[in-house]
Amino acid sequence: MQLPDAEKLAQAMTQQIEPLLGENSVLVGMHTGGVWLAEKIHALLGREIPLGTLDVSFYRDDFSQSGLHAEVAPSDIPFDVTGRDIILVDDVLYTGRSVRAAMNELFDYGRPASIILAVLVDRGGRELPIAAQVTGAVLELAPDQNIQLNRDPQGQLALSLRQTTV
Amino acid sequence: MAFLSRNPQLNQHGELQHLLTIEGLNAGMLRHILDTAESFVSVSEREVKKIPLLRGKSIFNLFFEPSTRTRTTFEIAAKRLSADVINLNINASSQSKGETVLDTVDNLAAMQADMFIVRHAQSGAAHFIAGHVSPHIHVVNAGDGRHAHPTQGLLDMYTIRHFKQEFHNLRVAIVGDVLHSRVARSQIHALTTLGVPEVRVIAPKTLLPAQVERLGVQVYHDMAQGLKDVDVVIMLRLQNERMRGALLPSAQEYFKSYGLTQDKLALAKPDAIVMHPGPMNRGVEIDSDVADGTQSVILPQVTFGIAVRMAVMSILAGSKQ
Repeated sequence: MQLPDAEKLAQAMTQQIEPLLGENSVLVGMHTGGVWLAEKIHALLGREIPLGTLDVSFYRDDFSQSGLHAEVAPSDIPFDVTGRDIILVDDVLYTGRSVRAAMNELFDYGRPASIILAVLVDRGGRELPIAAQVTGAVLELAPDQNIQLNRDPQGQLALSLRQTTV
Repeated sequence: MAFLSRNPQLNQHGELQHLLTIEGLNAGMLRHILDTAESFVSVSEREVKKIPLLRGKSIFNLFFEPSTRTRTTFEIAAKRLSADVINLNINASSQSKGETVLDTVDNLAAMQADMFIVRHAQSGAAHFIAGHVSPHIHVVNAGDGRHAHPTQGLLDMYTIRHFKQEFHNLRVAIVGDVLHSRVARSQIHALTTLGVPEVRVIAPKTLLPAQVERLGVQVYHDMAQGLKDVDVVIMLRLQNERMRGALLPSAQEYFKSYGLTQDKLALAKPDAIVMHPGPMNRGVEIDSDVADGTQSVILPQVTFGIAVRMAVMSILAGSKQ
């Protein structure tokens, strides 16, 4: 399967995001791929806009089944969330459960004016009523296929596909 | 003899099921707890200082021995994880009516307990309870006799890492009543496991356990020698009741030889930090000038203790059954 170029998708997303920005806009990337993507979009936008990161490990709904993830990174929201228009950035949108967790976490920081979701890849398979407003690409993937974003030491983003056992 | 090699704190998947002692945990596990705690520190700085991880879980603080700081920080930590916390001050209740420890525990387990935080004057009490409870219940040792106080040891490691970044280049001195101190034992195991190359204990002979050097520490009886060029000074509480025995002449005399004053602290590195697990005896093991001075990190220790206990509870609660 030919995967789209993540760098080109990030550029296309940046063009979609630009007209949506207002004076209260902030970018928030979700660990790990979403943080890389948010940093890339932030650089491409080339303007002063606050950037935060979220690790939703403490808000996941599968804690009682799978426990705490091995690597938890601190969430870093270096601004007051209340009244902000948040652009929530993630690499892959699948079941929608991580986005649910991210929204719950954001509301524990304050009351945002709005949240929109921007994703690099929408792979379908939603289990919750969640949709992205900004999408890089839509891909049809089987449940045993796992798509993920990687970042090389030069900071270049690329997508990769893996077979998993479900 | 497989049962002898099994670590009673770990489940069959090698995950932490109980936290009873730092001894036997590897550096990777200790670092995982410290890294997780780092994420919890930021939770305590937010508007809503609560996360939903342990929602619906019941955590029982089983304190067979009085404690304020440890019990309170465990309680705050559990509440920030959204657990329900029940505090039992057992001195004042069932035990005085003659109930055994295991009967107390069984009764609380029948009330759907998920976790016990245990403080007891007898070494091994938490281990004893962990061996008795059913597999879905987790036990955290909050101090047992002279044996161990693992969450204190961990929060001390968190504090050291916070101020000194790394462990592999440090010289750490533990000063005072090592003989009666579960805190010192947990600190020594944690420091050596995390790769601190030089751990010193400084105390009169009467306050050191026999063969303490076998724990991997260097023994000093003189403050001036022991504090020279150290990065971290950990003071231990001198328990007043020790004074009544034959171990020490008097509090004044102890302070003269082993109390930490600015003059003595000046022998350590200029950026050395001073720690104390509390509660402090000002003027006995530590001078007020030092306790309240710029090198003291005694209050940050307390703050970090909440995040470290949140990390321990959520790692235990997340282990597979």
